[in-house]
Amino acid sequence: MSVADPVSHDAHDDAHGHGHEQSFISKYVFSTDHKVIGIQFLVTTLLMLMVGGALALGVRWQLAFPWESMPLVGRLLFSGEGGQISPEFYTMLFTMHATVMIFLVIIPILAGAFGNFLIPLMIGADDMAFPVLNMLSYWFMWPAIVCFFASFFCAGNGAAAGWTSYPVLSALPQAAPASGMAQNWWLIGVTLVGVSSMMGSVNYMTTIINMRAPGMTLFRMPLTIWAMFITAILQAFALPVLTAAGFMLVADRLLGTCFFIPAGLVVNNADPTVGGGQPLLWQHLFWFYSHPAVYIMLLPAMGMVSDMLANVARKPLFGYKPMVYSMAAIAGLGFIVWGHHMFTSGMNPALGMTFMTSTMMIALPSAIKTFNWIGTIWGGKIEFNTVTLNSVAFVSMFVVGGLSGIFMAAVPVDIYIHDTYFIVAHFHYVLFGATLFGVFGAIFFWYPKMFGRKMNEGLGRAHFFFTFLGANGTFFPMHLLGVAGMPRRYADPYLHPYLEHFLPMNQFMTYSAIMMGCAQFLLLFNFAYSMFYGEKVGRNPWKANGLEWTAPSPPGHGNFDVLPVCYRGPYEYSSPLVEEDFLLQTEYLPPPDKAEPVKEPEHA
Amino acid sequence: MRWFWLTFFTVCPIAAVVLCVVAPGLDWWFPGEAGSPLGERIDSLFYLILYIVTGTFIGTQIAMVYVLWKSSKKDDERAWYSHGSHNLEVIWTIVPAGILLFIALYQMDVWAEFRVLSKFPKEARKAPVAEVMARQFEWRIRYPEPGRTLQIQQQPTDLYAVNELIVPAAKPVMIYLKTQDVQHSFFLPELRVKQDAVPGQIIPVWFEATKPGEYVLVCAELCGWGHYKMGARVVALAEEQFEAAMEKLAEEQSDDGFADAGESDDE
Repeated sequence: MSVADPVSHDAHDDAHGHGHEQSFISKYVFSTDHKVIGIQFLVTTLLMLMVGGALALGVRWQLAFPWESMPLVGRLLFSGEGGQISPEFYTMLFTMHATVMIFLVIIPILAGAFGNFLIPLMIGADDMAFPVLNMLSYWFMWPAIVCFFASFFCAGNGAAAGWTSYPVLSALPQAAPASGMAQNWWLIGVTLVGVSSMMGSVNYMTTIINMRAPGMTLFRMPLTIWAMFITAILQAFALPVLTAAGFMLVADRLLGTCFFIPAGLVVNNADPTVGGGQPLLWQHLFWFYSHPAVYIMLLPAMGMVSDMLANVARKPLFGYKPMVYSMAAIAGLGFIVWGHHMFTSGMNPALGMTFMTSTMMIALPSAIKTFNWIGTIWGGKIEFNTVTLNSVAFVSMFVVGGLSGIFMAAVPVDIYIHDTYFIVAHFHYVLFGATLFGVFGAIFFWYPKMFGRKMNEGLGRAHFFFTFLGANGTFFPMHLLGVAGMPRRYADPYLHPYLEHFLPMNQFMTYSAIMMGCAQFLLLFNFAYSMFYGEKVGRNPWKANGLEWTAPSPPGHGNFDVLPVCYRGPYEYSSPLVEEDFLLQTEYLPPPDKAEPVKEPEHA
Repeated sequence: MRWFWLTFFTVCPIAAVVLCVVAPGLDWWFPGEAGSPLGERIDSLFYLILYIVTGTFIGTQIAMVYVLWKSSKKDDERAWYSHGSHNLEVIWTIVPAGILLFIALYQMDVWAEFRVLSKFPKEARKAPVAEVMARQFEWRIRYPEPGRTLQIQQQPTDLYAVNELIVPAAKPVMIYLKTQDVQHSFFLPELRVKQDAVPGQIIPVWFEATKPGEYVLVCAELCGWGHYKMGARVVALAEEQFEAAMEKLAEEQSDDGFADAGESDDE
């Protein structure tokens, strides 16, 4: 097979692409095409983002105007309480906010939406390794959504043990009487999301290992693919633990086992419990999944931002291999730091020291990545478009989130900071500040490939401007609340005199949050509007190097009209070898006199 | 547009730093000076990290704005074709690694003093003042009768109180922390103490209130709908007043409501 002449495969690929006509249902609903599945994930998660945001605004309303009747929705939802949010409902609100945002937005938008859409396109495959499994991974999210919503609406009340669902609060129905059945639905929902992620994960690993285009060696893969690959590994190893723990908790609730329930507890005047369970076991199992999950929620965004920054800076990525190694280090260390969520939990103090050291060390690869991102912009040729803005915001806010993590990694300081708003500030900076800004940038960047049109720049910048200000206005003051010792998950912190004077600050944060929430309509509008009225673009609107930009926009079934062959890494911007400032991975350059001949790829 | 965004990315970090600088003056900071010796050390560790972190934050933001400014003004020039620098990678791996390792090692002994039982102050370990039992949504306190030591098992002579823990000031005291139902967390913001109360466990906790006074006690682990209202107080009294308060509590508790004990004419 001749590598130098990829055009000769044209006919073969074409035949594959247009095998048969498909009905509407199999083309757009139960599609096995990774691009359609990716877009389905994207649209679903963007809608869920609005749901999760609305729940957050409920929480913010109560913190700014405690016990005051909510405008508009208050009368509808809680007419019984005269429009007030009850404390029970408040706990359900933040539990549900976290659940929706983590399980239905961040994880599926990264792995589900962008993982699905980008992996085959970026490695030059015509689809995923297991297309049907891929379709199922999307459709398994719906039962999960139904379970979560059943837990929130149909059961009349919601799960109210926080997204961490620590037993005994979550294990004994009488501990939180308002969420009897709801907690079961919630746990089943989490298990189903796990099934969905697991299907995606095995698919991504297999696809990335087996289906790379000729010449796409591991170290020619874009960082997005590396990140997706590492994320898939993390999911595959961590998820079974959560699933098992979830089943154990369901068994505790429904079958009378006592994995997590110790003997002799008198909860809500019920009979003393029997058994010999250990609530800390849940915390260990939960965080053994959920700490790697934090990186599942971050690494893909890191990968995508690396690709976008190199592109907008028109410059090779600074330190490609250190970037790959530091992602691998984050993933590896990510498995041995879960105990830092439990510093005050009463586990063996020696573990506190061990986990502090490993946690401090995990800050190192993050620091390396940050410096490399700045290095990537250094000496580049940049324009402030929406992609640039969101990517820069990603780096900038990730710095804040990373640095505030050091306070919590330090055990003695964590004694004070733990479970205060400082933590809330920290993870919102990482999850909203970093991940979501990365996602916003990625939506703008790959939208032309998804729909063949560009999103509106002006609207994009306005969305960025208001979101950035709103996010910082909401989340930055949380650091101060944390330092002041305001605990999380309080329906009315002002009950305690030392927090009374923080009411105005909380009101300011709520106004910022409302602004940020409204700004997301700009994104949704832009997303929908540009699908029909956006500027039409060709294959490579960003003058990027990756394989996905050699496919038509949008790519047809089977992706490539010309079988891509990869000759170099994805970041050869401004290469002196060519006239333009980009050099496609597929572009064949005749070797200079003394260079070795191009190696025949092993699999084709 | 270029200047607008450059200003934007400059002003936002400056605003953040300024906010942190003025926050203590506006009382948007710690709830008072640390009221315990260990709390003071925790605070100084906090400030140490704060200075390191602020320096890093300012440094990275300046670098960011600088590279943005430099790289956005190129007109015809090409970007710098560079794949990175081995030396820089080595530098920015080793320097942060050193700093992080230093922070980690530097914190160890404060943690050990707070949590490792054998490092607790001896006088506190000998005589725990009380058992604090959290339940939905209050704190139940059990003291030994004056003159006795606290036992793990309840004693008939024990004294009880709710939502008010009386301890002697200016000396380390130890309590046994437990919970009757779900998980709670014993949080004294002013003394910088936090420890979860875990179902099925009895966890010794020590602290020292430097000055006599009232300190806030709140719950810091979600324990149900009433989590937010689980407020109580720790009252630190000078040694003699503490003993007097215990005597008074003992008297109140053994008082059967009749004026003179022992003169009952019941059959």
